[in-house]
Amino acid sequence: MGERYELRCRECGARLGNQPRSFCEDCLSPVEITYDYEAIRLALTRASIELGPPSIWRYRALLPIPDEDQPTFPVGFTPLVNAPHLAKRLGVHNLYVKNDAVCFPTLSFKDRVVAVALNAAKQFGFAVVSCSSTGNLANATAAQAARQGFQAWIFVPADIERAKIIGTQVYGARLVRVAGNYDQVNRLCTQIQEKMNWGFVNVNLRPYYAEGSKTVGFEIAEQLGWRLPDNVVVPMAGGALITKIRKAFTELISVGLVEEKPVRFFGAQATGCSPITTAVKGNKERFDPQKPSTIARSIAIGNPADGFYAIHAIRSSGGWAEDVSDAELVAGIELLAETEGVFTETAGGVTTAVTQKLIEQGRIGADQTTVVCITGNGLKTTEALVDAIQVPEAIAPRLADFEAYADQVAGATAAASSTAHAAGAGR
Amino acid sequence: MSISVEIPTALRRFTGGVAKLDSGANSLGELITDLEGRFPGIAKHLRDEGGQIRPFLNIYVNEEDIRFLGGEAYRFKEGDKVLLVPSIAGG
Repeated sequence: MGERYELRCRECGARLGNQPRSFCEDCLSPVEITYDYEAIRLALTRASIELGPPSIWRYRALLPIPDEDQPTFPVGFTPLVNAPHLAKRLGVHNLYVKNDAVCFPTLSFKDRVVAVALNAAKQFGFAVVSCSSTGNLANATAAQAARQGFQAWIFVPADIERAKIIGTQVYGARLVRVAGNYDQVNRLCTQIQEKMNWGFVNVNLRPYYAEGSKTVGFEIAEQLGWRLPDNVVVPMAGGALITKIRKAFTELISVGLVEEKPVRFFGAQATGCSPITTAVKGNKERFDPQKPSTIARSIAIGNPADGFYAIHAIRSSGGWAEDVSDAELVAGIELLAETEGVFTETAGGVTTAVTQKLIEQGRIGADQTTVVCITGNGLKTTEALVDAIQVPEAIAPRLADFEAYADQVAGATAAASSTAHAAGAGR
Repeated sequence: MSISVEIPTALRRFTGGVAKLDSGANSLGELITDLEGRFPGIAKHLRDEGGQIRPFLNIYVNEEDIRFLGGEAYRFKEGDKVLLVPSIAGG
């Protein structure tokens, strides 16, 4: 691989070149990719990025991609949409939704990390790629493995949503359902990785994989007109995304593409799996692991690999962390859909509901620029809405039947409205 | 009283290649002392300067994270299987 980047230990600073490994041989701490920022600063401009493809590859100078590689699969570069209706409902003025519910090809931000990880898998000569996943990563790995000719072995907790199971197998991947929670699946994969010569995107390829998350941050900055927001609200599972968006902003500052500015990072979890938010709210530097119990399965990680760094990113940025119940996250899904036309999965419901909570608490100011990171698509977790949304009875294909139905609906709406007025008057 | 301890590849550098061993330790603290006695130098990879278990080291007893069992307060039982995972990944 090139010399533009290499692995470095996050704790002891040891340099490890480029190889498939996730932790330091000396101090056993996690490793991450660092770059030759001076060289990049000289070569990279806003204009050169804007001339690049409308995908994550426009930022390849700040990704661990060898200079000779030409990845073309158009992953990422999702819309950053102004969210005025949601903003009005929440009582703020300047809210944006980073919409990875429409990320290509599998409708979650995991497409980004997998794109970078599989490029590394190819470099290191793996024929088989694998992952432990709560579903979105499974879909992303299976799809891009198919496209690139890797065999894929995918490990998931047995209870994940049906759409995520089908959306893995359809690509021809070998899906292993494990009777246990994600943390147990993950531990199993750590052990399997010692036996098999596989490229586990989120184990031995994890440092490369995690760099893909930075592209969310690069895109936010570019789409805001090469400036940084005041606040970012990010869902947290393993905790990598929030730390990597922060790394992205720091890198853009250090290579001179955006002006330096403090950005506060806010983390979102479901109360039923909230090791990171619990630590932040308790003013602790370390988290205690939890056993997940929430319908937000995609972020149900009780022993988050980057929890330690996520806590640090939040606390040192002056941000905060909050969590919401399953009922609140369902309301969050509906709120985002009804106000902005974005249908997100359970994790996005968590992020939306947490944003609401943070605004109510006064932690996010009305005039600040705030970006809410929506990381997955609602069509994958429709189970979450079966109680909230009733399928209406069918009517006969006759005008009279429709008119009767419309009258009935109008009556019900009027009744609901007068009840609401009565309730309002009674307050 | 005897427990078995599985050493992952990453830690075998510090155990001279030993992959599995039995110990009479009654607690995590005793186990680390036992390991340090057999493999001088290993303890500093398991505990930080403040004496706390390193933040990225995961210890499982019969497949349960020891932190759910009381951590350092947990008393090993006959036949417990202990697994050390130096740095959990995933997510």
